[in-house]
Amino acid sequence: MNTAPLSRSLLRVTTLTSLKPTAGLRTFASVAASQTAPAEPGSKKPNTKQFQIYRWNPDTPEKKPYMQTYELDMNQTGPMVLDALIRIKNEVDPTLTFRRSCREGICGSCAMNIQGSNTLACLCRINVSDSAPVKIYPLPHTYVVKDLVPDLTQFYKQYKSIKPYLQRKTASPDGREYRQSVEERKKLDGLYECILCACCSTSCPSYWWNSSDYLGPAVLLQSYRWLADSRDEAKGARKSALENEMSLYRCHTIMNCTRTCPKGLNPGQAIANIKKEMAFGS
Amino acid sequence: MFPRSSARLTAYALPKPFFIARNSLVASQFRRTTTSASAFTQIVSPDDAHSILVARRKQRPISPHLSIYQPQLTWYGSAANRITGSVLSVGAYGFFAAYAVAPAFGWHFDSATIAAAFSGLPVAAKFGIKFAVALPFSYHSWNGIRHLLWDTGKALDIRDVYRTGYAVLGLTAISTICLAMV
Repeated sequence: MNTAPLSRSLLRVTTLTSLKPTAGLRTFASVAASQTAPAEPGSKKPNTKQFQIYRWNPDTPEKKPYMQTYELDMNQTGPMVLDALIRIKNEVDPTLTFRRSCREGICGSCAMNIQGSNTLACLCRINVSDSAPVKIYPLPHTYVVKDLVPDLTQFYKQYKSIKPYLQRKTASPDGREYRQSVEERKKLDGLYECILCACCSTSCPSYWWNSSDYLGPAVLLQSYRWLADSRDEAKGARKSALENEMSLYRCHTIMNCTRTCPKGLNPGQAIANIKKEMAFGS
Repeated sequence: MFPRSSARLTAYALPKPFFIARNSLVASQFRRTTTSASAFTQIVSPDDAHSILVARRKQRPISPHLSIYQPQLTWYGSAANRITGSVLSVGAYGFFAAYAVAPAFGWHFDSATIAAAFSGLPVAAKFGIKFAVALPFSYHSWNGIRHLLWDTGKALDIRDVYRTGYAVLGLTAISTICLAMV
Protein backbone atom coordinates (compact mmCIF):
# COMPACT_ATOMS: atom_id res chain seq x y z
CA MET A 1 0.00 0.00 0.00
CA ASN A 2 2.75 2.49 0.92
CA THR A 3 4.50 4.04 -2.05
CA ALA A 4 7.37 5.55 -0.13
CA PRO A 5 10.47 3.36 -0.01
CA LEU A 6 10.85 1.72 3.34
CA SER A 7 14.11 2.36 4.98
CA ARG A 8 14.31 0.27 8.08
CA SER A 9 16.74 1.63 10.53
CA LEU A 10 16.00 -0.05 13.78
CA LEU A 11 16.89 2.04 16.71
CA ARG A 12 16.71 0.21 19.95
CA VAL A 13 16.01 2.10 23.10
CA THR A 14 18.30 1.43 25.96
CA THR A 15 16.66 2.71 29.07
CA LEU A 16 18.98 2.93 31.97
CA THR A 17 16.87 2.66 35.09
CA SER A 18 19.71 4.11 37.14
CA LEU A 19 19.36 7.36 35.22
CA LYS A 20 15.71 7.73 36.10
CA PRO A 21 15.05 10.10 38.95
CA THR A 22 12.45 7.73 40.39
CA ALA A 23 14.75 4.69 40.31
CA GLY A 24 15.47 4.74 44.03
CA LEU A 25 11.83 4.98 44.94
CA ARG A 26 10.91 2.19 42.59
CA THR A 27 13.52 -0.15 43.95
CA PHE A 28 12.30 0.51 47.43
CA ALA A 29 8.71 -0.21 46.45
CA SER A 30 9.63 -3.36 44.59
CA VAL A 31 11.62 -4.69 47.54
CA ALA A 32 8.53 -4.36 49.70
CA ALA A 33 6.39 -6.06 47.10
CA SER A 34 8.93 -8.70 46.07
CA GLN A 35 7.51 -11.37 48.34
CA THR A 36 4.25 -11.52 46.40
CA ALA A 37 5.15 -10.21 42.94
CA PRO A 38 8.67 -11.10 41.81
CA ALA A 39 8.65 -8.80 38.78
CA GLU A 40 9.54 -5.19 39.48
CA PRO A 41 8.72 -2.54 36.86
CA GLY A 42 12.37 -2.19 35.80
CA SER A 43 12.96 -5.89 35.28
CA LYS A 44 9.63 -6.61 33.59
CA LYS A 45 9.88 -8.45 30.31
CA PRO A 46 10.13 -5.67 27.71
CA ASN A 47 6.92 -5.19 25.75
CA THR A 48 8.36 -3.88 22.50
CA LYS A 49 6.22 -1.99 20.03
CA GLN A 50 7.29 -0.74 16.63
CA PHE A 51 6.45 2.70 15.30
CA GLN A 52 6.79 3.36 11.60
CA ILE A 53 6.93 7.07 11.01
CA TYR A 54 6.92 9.14 7.83
CA ARG A 55 10.11 11.15 7.45
CA TRP A 56 11.05 13.93 5.08
CA ASN A 57 13.68 16.57 5.63
CA PRO A 58 13.52 19.90 3.76
CA ASP A 59 17.29 20.25 4.11
CA THR A 60 17.77 17.19 1.91
CA PRO A 61 14.81 17.61 -0.48
CA GLU A 62 16.32 15.28 -3.08
CA LYS A 63 15.93 12.39 -0.64
CA LYS A 64 12.43 11.00 -1.06
CA PRO A 65 10.08 10.63 1.90
CA TYR A 66 10.59 7.32 3.68
CA MET A 67 9.29 5.35 6.65
CA GLN A 68 11.54 5.05 9.66
CA THR A 69 10.99 2.37 12.27
CA TYR A 70 11.50 2.97 15.96
CA GLU A 71 11.11 0.51 18.80
CA LEU A 72 9.90 1.41 22.25
CA ASP A 73 9.32 -0.63 25.38
CA MET A 74 5.66 -0.11 26.19
CA ASN A 75 6.28 -0.70 29.91
CA GLN A 76 8.26 2.53 29.93
CA THR A 77 5.98 4.55 27.65
CA GLY A 78 2.78 6.46 28.29
CA PRO A 79 -0.51 5.18 26.89
CA MET A 80 -1.00 7.62 24.00
CA VAL A 81 0.67 7.87 20.61
CA LEU A 82 1.85 11.37 21.52
CA ASP A 83 3.63 9.93 24.57
CA ALA A 84 5.47 7.56 22.26
CA LEU A 85 6.38 10.35 19.82
CA ILE A 86 7.70 12.58 22.61
CA ARG A 87 9.70 9.68 24.01
CA ILE A 88 11.21 8.93 20.60
CA LYS A 89 12.15 12.58 20.20
CA ASN A 90 13.62 12.83 23.71
CA GLU A 91 15.44 9.54 23.91
CA VAL A 92 15.98 8.09 20.45
CA ASP A 93 15.96 10.61 17.64
CA PRO A 94 15.82 14.36 18.33
CA THR A 95 15.45 15.10 14.60
CA LEU A 96 11.90 13.67 14.53
CA THR A 97 9.62 16.66 13.98
CA PHE A 98 5.94 17.01 14.90
CA ARG A 99 3.59 19.60 16.36
CA ARG A 100 2.18 19.24 19.85
CA SER A 101 1.08 21.53 22.61
CA CYS A 102 -1.71 20.78 25.08
CA ARG A 103 -1.56 16.94 25.11
CA GLU A 104 -5.27 16.82 26.05
CA GLY A 105 -7.16 17.26 22.79
CA ILE A 106 -7.97 20.94 22.97
CA CYS A 107 -5.28 22.63 20.84
CA GLY A 108 -5.43 20.43 17.73
CA SER A 109 -1.68 20.66 17.08
CA CYS A 110 -0.89 16.95 17.03
CA ALA A 111 -3.40 16.04 14.29
CA MET A 112 -1.91 13.31 12.12
CA ASN A 113 -2.75 10.09 10.32
CA ILE A 114 -2.38 7.17 12.73
CA GLN A 115 -3.11 3.62 11.55
CA GLY A 116 -4.66 5.04 8.39
CA SER A 117 -7.10 7.34 10.11
CA ASN A 118 -6.78 11.02 11.03
CA THR A 119 -6.84 11.79 14.71
CA LEU A 120 -5.06 13.65 17.48
CA ALA A 121 -1.98 11.77 18.68
CA CYS A 122 -2.72 12.87 22.26
CA LEU A 123 -6.19 11.26 22.22
CA CYS A 124 -5.14 8.10 20.38
CA ARG A 125 -4.29 5.11 22.56
CA ILE A 126 -1.47 2.80 21.52
CA ASN A 127 -2.94 -0.64 20.94
CA VAL A 128 -0.48 -2.63 23.08
CA SER A 129 -2.20 -5.99 22.63
CA ASP A 130 -1.71 -5.78 18.86
CA SER A 131 1.76 -6.77 17.67
CA ALA A 132 1.49 -4.86 14.37
CA PRO A 133 3.59 -1.69 14.12
CA VAL A 134 1.88 1.68 14.53
CA LYS A 135 2.03 3.56 11.24
CA ILE A 136 2.10 7.34 11.48
CA TYR A 137 1.84 9.74 8.54
CA PRO A 138 1.22 13.48 8.32
CA LEU A 139 -2.35 14.61 7.56
CA PRO A 140 -3.15 13.19 4.10
CA HIS A 141 -2.72 15.21 0.90
CA THR A 142 -1.06 18.17 2.55
CA TYR A 143 2.25 19.78 1.69
CA VAL A 144 4.82 18.49 4.15
CA VAL A 145 6.95 21.08 5.91
CA LYS A 146 8.98 18.40 7.67
CA ASP A 147 8.23 14.86 8.90
CA LEU A 148 4.76 15.01 10.50
CA VAL A 149 4.30 18.77 10.13
CA PRO A 150 1.83 19.71 7.39
CA ASP A 151 1.53 23.16 5.79
CA LEU A 152 -1.96 24.37 6.77
CA THR A 153 -1.70 27.82 5.13
CA GLN A 154 -4.53 27.11 2.69
CA PHE A 155 -6.72 25.70 5.47
CA TYR A 156 -6.33 28.85 7.58
CA LYS A 157 -6.86 31.10 4.54
CA GLN A 158 -10.12 29.32 3.85
CA TYR A 159 -11.17 29.70 7.46
CA LYS A 160 -10.49 33.43 7.24
CA SER A 161 -12.51 33.64 4.01
CA ILE A 162 -15.79 32.66 5.73
CA LYS A 163 -15.49 35.63 8.11
CA PRO A 164 -15.66 33.57 11.30
CA TYR A 165 -16.94 36.30 13.58
CA LEU A 166 -20.27 37.88 14.55
CA GLN A 167 -21.52 40.33 11.92
CA ARG A 168 -24.25 42.62 13.14
CA LYS A 169 -25.45 46.14 12.45
CA THR A 170 -28.36 46.65 14.81
CA ALA A 171 -27.54 47.36 18.41
CA SER A 172 -29.15 45.32 21.15
CA PRO A 173 -32.33 47.03 22.47
CA ASP A 174 -30.94 47.73 25.93
CA GLY A 175 -27.40 48.46 24.76
CA ARG A 176 -26.03 45.43 26.57
CA GLU A 177 -25.06 41.99 25.23
CA TYR A 178 -26.91 40.35 22.32
CA ARG A 179 -29.19 37.86 24.02
CA GLN A 180 -30.24 34.42 22.82
CA SER A 181 -32.97 32.10 23.98
CA VAL A 182 -31.95 28.73 25.36
CA GLU A 183 -33.20 27.10 22.13
CA GLU A 184 -31.19 29.49 19.96
CA ARG A 185 -28.05 28.82 21.98
CA LYS A 186 -28.64 25.08 21.72
CA LYS A 187 -28.25 25.26 17.94
CA LEU A 188 -24.58 26.11 18.43
CA ASP A 189 -23.83 22.95 20.41
CA GLY A 190 -21.75 20.57 18.33
CA LEU A 191 -20.50 23.50 16.24
CA TYR A 192 -18.57 25.78 18.56
CA GLU A 193 -16.48 22.91 20.00
CA CYS A 194 -14.44 22.52 16.80
CA ILE A 195 -10.73 23.06 17.45
CA LEU A 196 -9.75 23.37 13.76
CA CYS A 197 -7.30 20.48 13.87
CA ALA A 198 -7.96 19.78 10.15
CA CYS A 199 -8.46 16.04 10.72
CA CYS A 200 -11.81 16.07 8.92
CA SER A 201 -10.82 18.28 5.99
CA THR A 202 -7.74 16.21 5.25
CA SER A 203 -9.75 12.96 5.50
CA CYS A 204 -12.12 14.11 2.75
CA PRO A 205 -11.29 12.74 -0.72
CA SER A 206 -13.19 15.65 -2.24
CA TYR A 207 -10.94 18.05 -0.33
CA TRP A 208 -7.86 16.08 -1.46
CA TRP A 209 -8.70 16.76 -5.10
CA ASN A 210 -10.23 20.26 -4.78
CA SER A 211 -8.63 21.98 -1.80
CA SER A 212 -7.88 25.08 -3.85
CA ASP A 213 -11.59 25.90 -4.18
CA TYR A 214 -13.64 23.56 -2.00
CA LEU A 215 -13.76 24.82 1.59
CA GLY A 216 -13.78 21.38 3.20
CA PRO A 217 -15.72 20.03 6.19
CA ALA A 218 -13.98 21.93 9.01
CA VAL A 219 -14.43 25.35 7.43
CA LEU A 220 -18.01 24.54 6.35
CA LEU A 221 -18.84 23.44 9.90
CA GLN A 222 -17.65 26.86 11.04
CA SER A 223 -19.57 28.49 8.22
CA TYR A 224 -22.70 26.80 9.57
CA ARG A 225 -21.80 27.82 13.10
CA TRP A 226 -22.35 31.45 12.01
CA LEU A 227 -25.35 30.65 9.81
CA ALA A 228 -26.99 28.97 12.82
CA ASP A 229 -26.25 31.86 15.18
CA SER A 230 -29.42 33.82 15.93
CA ARG A 231 -27.37 36.99 16.61
CA ASP A 232 -25.64 37.08 13.24
CA GLU A 233 -27.12 39.42 10.62
CA ALA A 234 -24.99 38.56 7.59
CA LYS A 235 -26.71 35.30 6.70
CA GLY A 236 -27.57 36.48 3.18
CA ALA A 237 -23.98 37.44 2.39
CA ARG A 238 -22.67 34.25 3.98
CA LYS A 239 -24.99 32.11 1.86
CA SER A 240 -24.32 33.95 -1.38
CA ALA A 241 -20.58 33.48 -0.82
CA LEU A 242 -21.25 29.72 -0.87
CA GLU A 243 -23.53 29.90 -3.92
CA ASN A 244 -21.11 28.51 -6.51
CA GLU A 245 -20.00 25.13 -7.82
CA MET A 246 -16.96 24.68 -5.65
CA SER A 247 -17.12 26.21 -2.15
CA LEU A 248 -19.92 24.03 -0.75
CA TYR A 249 -21.21 21.67 -3.41
CA ARG A 250 -18.01 19.63 -3.80
CA CYS A 251 -19.31 17.81 -0.71
CA HIS A 252 -20.63 14.46 -1.91
CA THR A 253 -21.66 13.20 1.53
CA ILE A 254 -18.72 10.82 1.72
CA MET A 255 -18.82 11.21 5.54
CA ASN A 256 -15.14 10.51 6.22
CA CYS A 257 -15.22 13.81 8.12
CA THR A 258 -17.71 12.67 10.74
CA ARG A 259 -16.08 9.24 10.90
CA THR A 260 -12.69 10.72 11.78
CA CYS A 261 -13.48 13.78 13.95
CA PRO A 262 -11.49 13.33 17.20
CA LYS A 263 -13.94 15.61 19.02
CA GLY A 264 -16.99 13.58 17.98
CA LEU A 265 -18.55 16.43 15.99
CA ASN A 266 -20.57 16.02 12.79
CA PRO A 267 -19.34 18.24 9.94
CA GLY A 268 -21.32 16.12 7.44
CA GLN A 269 -24.58 17.02 9.19
CA ALA A 270 -23.63 20.70 9.26
CA ILE A 271 -22.92 20.70 5.52
CA ALA A 272 -26.24 18.93 4.84
CA ASN A 273 -27.98 21.62 6.91
CA ILE A 274 -26.30 24.37 4.87
CA LYS A 275 -27.35 22.68 1.61
CA LYS A 276 -30.92 22.42 2.90
CA GLU A 277 -30.99 26.08 3.96
CA MET A 278 -29.57 27.11 0.59
CA ALA A 279 -32.27 25.16 -1.22
CA PHE A 280 -35.31 25.95 0.89
CA GLY A 281 -34.30 29.05 2.83
CA SER A 282 -34.60 29.01 6.59
CA MET B 1 -1.68 61.70 18.21
CA PHE B 2 1.42 62.63 16.24
CA PRO B 3 4.11 62.37 18.91
CA ARG B 4 2.79 59.03 20.01
CA SER B 5 2.81 57.54 16.52
CA SER B 6 6.30 58.86 15.78
CA ALA B 7 7.53 57.40 19.02
CA ARG B 8 6.08 54.11 17.98
CA LEU B 9 7.78 54.45 14.60
CA THR B 10 11.18 54.95 16.18
CA ALA B 11 10.53 52.12 18.54
CA TYR B 12 9.97 49.89 15.56
CA ALA B 13 12.77 51.38 13.48
CA LEU B 14 15.51 51.35 16.09
CA PRO B 15 15.87 47.80 17.34
CA LYS B 16 16.06 46.29 13.90
CA PRO B 17 19.68 47.19 12.96
CA PHE B 18 20.56 46.80 16.61
CA PHE B 19 19.11 43.32 16.61
CA ILE B 20 20.94 42.32 13.44
CA ALA B 21 24.21 43.77 14.72
CA ARG B 22 23.86 41.92 17.98
CA ASN B 23 22.96 38.78 16.18
CA SER B 24 26.00 38.97 13.92
CA LEU B 25 28.18 39.63 16.94
CA VAL B 26 26.84 36.54 18.63
CA ALA B 27 27.31 34.59 15.44
CA SER B 28 30.91 35.69 14.99
CA GLN B 29 31.69 34.93 18.61
CA PHE B 30 30.13 31.57 18.18
CA ARG B 31 32.23 30.87 15.12
CA ARG B 32 35.37 31.90 16.93
CA THR B 33 34.80 29.77 19.98
CA THR B 34 33.47 26.64 18.37
CA THR B 35 35.36 24.09 16.35
CA SER B 36 32.29 22.31 15.01
CA ALA B 37 31.71 23.17 11.36
CA SER B 38 28.10 22.02 11.32
CA ALA B 39 26.80 24.46 13.92
CA PHE B 40 26.48 28.04 12.74
CA THR B 41 23.89 30.77 12.58
CA GLN B 42 22.98 32.69 9.49
CA ILE B 43 21.58 36.19 9.27
CA VAL B 44 18.64 36.36 6.91
CA SER B 45 16.85 39.52 5.81
CA PRO B 46 13.03 39.42 5.55
CA ASP B 47 13.24 39.43 1.74
CA ASP B 48 15.67 36.55 1.73
CA ALA B 49 13.54 34.72 4.28
CA HIS B 50 10.58 35.06 1.93
CA SER B 51 12.49 33.75 -1.07
CA ILE B 52 13.80 30.84 1.00
CA LEU B 53 10.22 30.04 2.02
CA VAL B 54 9.06 30.17 -1.60
CA ALA B 55 11.92 27.91 -2.69
CA ARG B 56 11.13 25.45 0.10
CA ARG B 57 7.43 25.42 -0.69
CA LYS B 58 8.23 24.34 -4.24
CA GLN B 59 10.07 21.31 -2.92
CA ARG B 60 7.53 20.15 -0.38
CA PRO B 61 6.14 16.70 -1.12
CA ILE B 62 2.42 15.95 -0.84
CA SER B 63 1.75 13.57 2.01
CA PRO B 64 0.35 10.15 1.03
CA HIS B 65 -3.46 9.95 0.91
CA LEU B 66 -5.43 7.30 -1.05
CA SER B 67 -2.74 4.67 -0.59
CA ILE B 68 -2.50 4.98 3.21
CA TYR B 69 -6.01 5.98 4.32
CA GLN B 70 -7.78 3.19 6.18
CA PRO B 71 -10.43 1.45 4.06
CA GLN B 72 -13.76 2.54 5.54
CA LEU B 73 -17.35 1.96 4.50
CA THR B 74 -17.78 5.74 4.15
CA TRP B 75 -15.36 6.52 1.36
CA TYR B 76 -15.27 3.05 -0.21
CA GLY B 77 -19.06 3.23 -0.51
CA SER B 78 -18.84 6.66 -2.07
CA ALA B 79 -16.18 5.52 -4.54
CA ALA B 80 -18.34 2.51 -5.43
CA ASN B 81 -21.29 4.85 -6.05
CA ARG B 82 -19.24 6.90 -8.48
CA ILE B 83 -17.75 3.88 -10.25
CA THR B 84 -21.11 2.13 -10.65
CA GLY B 85 -22.64 5.39 -11.88
CA SER B 86 -19.90 5.79 -14.47
CA VAL B 87 -20.21 2.17 -15.60
CA LEU B 88 -23.98 2.54 -16.00
CA SER B 89 -23.81 5.79 -17.95
CA VAL B 90 -20.96 4.66 -20.20
CA GLY B 91 -22.88 1.42 -20.84
CA ALA B 92 -26.16 3.19 -21.54
CA TYR B 93 -24.67 5.92 -23.76
CA GLY B 94 -22.53 3.35 -25.59
CA PHE B 95 -25.51 1.12 -26.25
CA PHE B 96 -27.80 3.96 -27.39
CA ALA B 97 -25.11 5.46 -29.63
CA ALA B 98 -24.46 2.07 -31.17
CA TYR B 99 -28.20 1.62 -31.65
CA ALA B 100 -28.43 5.01 -33.37
CA VAL B 101 -25.60 4.37 -35.82
CA ALA B 102 -26.38 0.66 -36.32
CA PRO B 103 -28.34 1.05 -39.62
CA ALA B 104 -25.46 3.01 -41.20
CA PHE B 105 -23.06 0.14 -40.54
CA GLY B 106 -25.53 -2.66 -41.16
CA TRP B 107 -25.47 -3.85 -37.50
CA HIS B 108 -28.51 -5.58 -36.08
CA PHE B 109 -29.39 -4.17 -32.66
CA ASP B 110 -33.14 -4.78 -32.58
CA SER B 111 -34.61 -6.62 -29.59
CA ALA B 112 -35.33 -9.80 -31.53
CA THR B 113 -31.70 -10.20 -32.68
CA ILE B 114 -30.32 -9.53 -29.20
CA ALA B 115 -32.78 -11.95 -27.59
CA ALA B 116 -31.92 -14.63 -30.12
CA ALA B 117 -28.16 -14.16 -29.62
CA PHE B 118 -28.56 -14.18 -25.82
CA SER B 119 -30.68 -17.34 -25.77
CA GLY B 120 -27.91 -19.23 -27.55
CA LEU B 121 -25.42 -18.57 -24.68
CA PRO B 122 -24.64 -21.15 -21.95
CA VAL B 123 -26.45 -20.66 -18.61
CA ALA B 124 -23.30 -19.55 -16.78
CA ALA B 125 -22.63 -16.82 -19.36
CA LYS B 126 -26.26 -15.66 -19.18
CA PHE B 127 -26.04 -15.41 -15.38
CA GLY B 128 -22.65 -13.71 -15.57
CA ILE B 129 -23.75 -11.02 -18.03
CA LYS B 130 -26.96 -10.32 -16.13
CA PHE B 131 -25.03 -10.20 -12.86
CA ALA B 132 -22.51 -7.73 -14.30
CA VAL B 133 -25.31 -5.38 -15.37
CA ALA B 134 -27.50 -5.91 -12.28
CA LEU B 135 -24.73 -5.28 -9.73
CA PRO B 136 -23.90 -1.65 -10.62
CA PHE B 137 -27.59 -0.95 -11.27
CA SER B 138 -28.65 -2.31 -7.86
CA TYR B 139 -25.90 -0.63 -5.89
CA HIS B 140 -26.34 2.73 -7.58
CA SER B 141 -30.11 2.65 -7.15
CA TRP B 142 -30.11 1.70 -3.47
CA ASN B 143 -27.33 4.12 -2.68
CA GLY B 144 -29.23 6.79 -4.62
CA ILE B 145 -32.15 6.33 -2.22
CA ARG B 146 -29.68 6.65 0.67
CA HIS B 147 -28.46 9.93 -0.82
CA LEU B 148 -32.04 11.22 -1.15
CA LEU B 149 -32.53 10.45 2.54
CA TRP B 150 -29.32 12.33 3.35
CA ASP B 151 -30.47 15.31 1.29
CA THR B 152 -33.36 15.74 3.72
CA GLY B 153 -30.73 16.14 6.45
CA LYS B 154 -31.56 12.81 8.10
CA ALA B 155 -29.54 9.67 8.97
CA LEU B 156 -26.28 11.60 8.99
CA ASP B 157 -24.81 10.64 12.34
CA ILE B 158 -22.10 8.05 12.01
CA ARG B 159 -24.22 5.19 13.38
CA ASP B 160 -26.93 5.79 10.79
CA VAL B 161 -24.33 6.20 8.05
CA TYR B 162 -23.04 2.71 8.83
CA ARG B 163 -26.52 1.21 9.27
CA THR B 164 -27.75 2.53 5.93
CA GLY B 165 -24.42 1.59 4.34
CA TYR B 166 -24.74 -2.05 5.38
CA ALA B 167 -28.41 -1.99 4.39
CA VAL B 168 -27.43 -0.83 0.90
CA LEU B 169 -24.86 -3.64 0.64
CA GLY B 170 -27.39 -6.25 1.78
CA LEU B 171 -30.15 -5.03 -0.51
CA THR B 172 -27.68 -4.85 -3.40
CA ALA B 173 -26.68 -8.50 -2.87
CA ILE B 174 -30.31 -9.63 -2.77
CA SER B 175 -31.57 -7.60 -5.71
CA THR B 176 -28.49 -8.40 -7.84
CA ILE B 177 -28.99 -12.15 -7.43
CA CYS B 178 -32.73 -11.84 -8.02
CA LEU B 179 -32.21 -9.80 -11.20
CA ALA B 180 -29.49 -12.15 -12.45
CA MET B 181 -31.76 -15.17 -12.03
CA VAL B 182 -34.80 -13.63 -13.77
